[in-house]
Amino acid sequence: MEWYLPVIWAAVIGAAVALYVILDGFDLGIGILFPFAREDKERDQLIASIAPFWDGNETWLVLGGGGLWVAFPRAYAVIMPALYLPVIVMLLGLIFRGVAFEFRTVAVTSKKYWTFAFAAGSTLAAFCQGLILGGIIQGIKIEDGVFAGGAFDFATPFAALCGLGVTTGYALLGACWLVMKTEGAVADRAREHAKILLIAVLAFMAVVSLWTPLQFSRIRARWFSVPNILFLWPVPLITALTALMAWRWLEQGRSIRPFFAAIVLFMLGYAGLAISVSPYLVPYSMTIWDAAAAPASQIFMLLGTLPLLPIILMYTGFVYYLFRGKVREGESYH
Amino acid sequence: MDPVLLARIQFGFTISFHIIFPAFTIGLAAYIATLLAIWLRTGAERYQLLARFWTKIFAVSFGMGVVSGIVLSYQFGTNWSRFSVVTGNVIGPAIGYEVLTAFFLEATFLGVLLFAWNRVPPWLLTLSAAIVAFGTATSAFWILSANSWMQTPTGHEVRDGIAYPVDWLAIIFNPSFPYRLAHMLTAAYLTTAFVVLAVGARYLVAGRHAEHGRTMLRMAVGMIAVLAPLQLFLGDQHGLNTLKHQPIKVAAMEGHWEGSHPGDFHIFAWPDEKNETNRFAISVPRGSSLILRHDPNGLFPGLKSVPPSQRPPVVPVFFAFRIMIGIGFLMIAIGLTGAFLWWRGRLFETRWYLQMVQHGWPLGFVAVLCGWITTEVGRQPWIAHGILRTADAISPVSAASVLTTLVLFVVVYGIVFSMGLYYINRLIVRGPQGHAVDAPGGAPGRPLSSAHDAAREAMQPGG
Ligand code: HDD
Ligand code: HEM
Ligand code: HEM
Repeated sequence: MEWYLPVIWAAVIGAAVALYVILDGFDLGIGILFPFAREDKERDQLIASIAPFWDGNETWLVLGGGGLWVAFPRAYAVIMPALYLPVIVMLLGLIFRGVAFEFRTVAVTSKKYWTFAFAAGSTLAAFCQGLILGGIIQGIKIEDGVFAGGAFDFATPFAALCGLGVTTGYALLGACWLVMKTEGAVADRAREHAKILLIAVLAFMAVVSLWTPLQFSRIRARWFSVPNILFLWPVPLITALTALMAWRWLEQGRSIRPFFAAIVLFMLGYAGLAISVSPYLVPYSMTIWDAAAAPASQIFMLLGTLPLLPIILMYTGFVYYLFRGKVREGESYH
Repeated sequence: MDPVLLARIQFGFTISFHIIFPAFTIGLAAYIATLLAIWLRTGAERYQLLARFWTKIFAVSFGMGVVSGIVLSYQFGTNWSRFSVVTGNVIGPAIGYEVLTAFFLEATFLGVLLFAWNRVPPWLLTLSAAIVAFGTATSAFWILSANSWMQTPTGHEVRDGIAYPVDWLAIIFNPSFPYRLAHMLTAAYLTTAFVVLAVGARYLVAGRHAEHGRTMLRMAVGMIAVLAPLQLFLGDQHGLNTLKHQPIKVAAMEGHWEGSHPGDFHIFAWPDEKNETNRFAISVPRGSSLILRHDPNGLFPGLKSVPPSQRPPVVPVFFAFRIMIGIGFLMIAIGLTGAFLWWRGRLFETRWYLQMVQHGWPLGFVAVLCGWITTEVGRQPWIAHGILRTADAISPVSAASVLTTLVLFVVVYGIVFSMGLYYINRLIVRGPQGHAVDAPGGAPGRPLSSAHDAAREAMQPGG
């Protein structure tokens, strides 16, 4: 079999998931921070800062899920049933927050319900994504290539920790987005939130980094065996440095840099996890080669993906450019 | 309860909910793009106002279409994991290309269409609307290709129970695909045209927004008068194609049991599956043979030619098909009557016609749902014809999980759907409003949700 095809596909899907986590991460984060806004006017401002983008952001989730099916159908067929409940609850959360964009201010008397739906749906979706992440890292029970566990196998303290970690991380991205896109009281409060969230995120990263090698011997072997440790020790160091810079930029009142620092932080955590589990797609029973689709299918899809992805990135970039600059209070009204 | 049945109910429910929105947004996107293009050419302000009005309704519908669609793409894994493994090599790429060529386009340029009225020049706005319309149709292209392959698979080979691709062109352009694509796209445009027709008629009957009402009425009647007869032709061709590839489905649609006799066309009947016959039949003798074989003595396979285990459930297929056809003829009648009245110059004054068509907005949706029930239930017991049975396609998930999530879906969709319908109605009651947008560049950018906005207006008394 062409061994390199699954590698390319793992990279493409990895990139799609990374983009999803960053892009939908900040707009889910806005939903998580929603309860902390002081009044409806502020909430309208929060929503206005993400309204033109959220749909495109969420499409990366469709690409991540769809891509997994296209390129690694066997892994898709194991992961989805194993994480059935968190996946579906995540989708329900996304439904509520997705329609809340359009419904929220429409309703006069029921506006408060859609405000709640937006906040709760975003938080629920984020938490479930963390559960899914944790559920994958801790491994899935497989027999004959088919999921063979129970409905609540995923529900462990470790998965719950990942759920909280992802929720906090998205909130950090959201807060930094607000620092960048808003002004005045909203931006000031976001800056304060971002600092607290930064510390919380670092704490979660530290706990996960200690927990995984302790509980999972393979992860321990991956990181602490000799030659690996020689290459890998900079990862935590760079993470600490990035966090330090983010903190300083927040203190200095910078508006754009903290957001990008938060992204780098996220990517470092993501890379750490990828290092921990690769080349497994379903740790520790299915590698990317076991799960791959027929080479003919992977090639056919790749022929389109390679030219199309840059085009997609280009017009996505164009839209972000079009809506550049700060959103001001009151702009969301006619 | 049987997990297969539960999974089928869940999928049938979520996809039926989903298709309501594409059926409307595919057509509406094209309508908005047309309005904007006319505005660009003529500079007439009313086309811009109309486009803005429909864009608000579009935003609400599109949002519901997106969130319900995401659920579907994940359900292939959560509920039909065996199906994903068996057919993934072959139809996975169709879904992948749908995301890459359609979903990103739609979602991204929708942002421009909704929020950039004050930020971009009119031509870019019009272009964005056209791109969104193109994206929705492209989405239909890929997903219908995948679905058609499940009905009439070609271009693959099966090894150890798994389908592998052999010829991509044969897979994508499988035998039923051109018919299904043409029929479904026409269905979507008709569905939208009937909503536009109903709203226009509603305004004229109420004596409000009369000028807008007349524009909508003219455009809708023109569309329907052309597309409804075309749909009859496309549907007929589609049926002939189905007879070639899935004869038992056609037998169920026609309630035809004995293949050794020419088929009657049953205007009404109650197919009795246990006794393998029809009760209470009111029929046109040899009608089906005439339609399907163009010969009153022509023969086509009957349900009895296969054992009961290989037959689809006959009753839903039979009735769904009749409802669709009935609506098809009703649409032709409405279109031609409207065209006639228009030609006589009485379209806007004929009250009985306006009063009737203002209630016609659900016609397209019902026909689309019935068409899909015919197609999908008629495919049973196969999920991919001749390759995998539905009963063998499900995930190793407990019935309790499926039941729990089914209940959640019903509750959540119930809330979302009723509120969405309520808000859309408020927008329609309010009608096209306000002033055209100033020259681009004049006003500062206002990144606001257009739906909010309009609906906010809608709540003000006196509108
Ligand atoms: C790409 C695939 C695909 C597409 C485009 C559609 N379907 Fe489908 N449909 C399926 C793939 C499928 C399926 C996965 O194959 C199901 C699930 C169980 C089954 O028997 O087939 C199915 C079943 C199924 C059922 C239950 C039938 C039964 O179990 O007896 C209904 C009512 C519908 N569908 C309705 C629709 C509607 C309203 C569609 C319009 C969009 C539609 N389907 C498009
Ligand atoms: C099993 C079948 C289907 C699946 C898995 C599916 C999946 C999806 C997904 C994931 C989305 C959201 C895309 C986004 O983020 O923008 C979507 C939207 C859409 N789908 Fe489907 N879909 C199915 C059936 C259909 C069919 C049969 C059609 C049309 C003939 C269709 C047309 C559309 C369109 C036009 C949209 C754009 C959003 C809207 O609904 O307004 N889909 N679909
Ligand atoms: C007027 C006469 C019509 C005829 C003879 C006709 C014929 C058919 C046939 C034979 C099928 C099933 C094909 C198969 O499963 O293989 C079908 C499916 C369908 N019909 Fe119709 N149809 C008509 C009108 C309409 C109308 C008015 C609409 C909607 C506005 C509509 C929407 C659909 C849809 C959505 C499907 C399922 C998708 C597909 O298989 O194409 N049809 N039609």
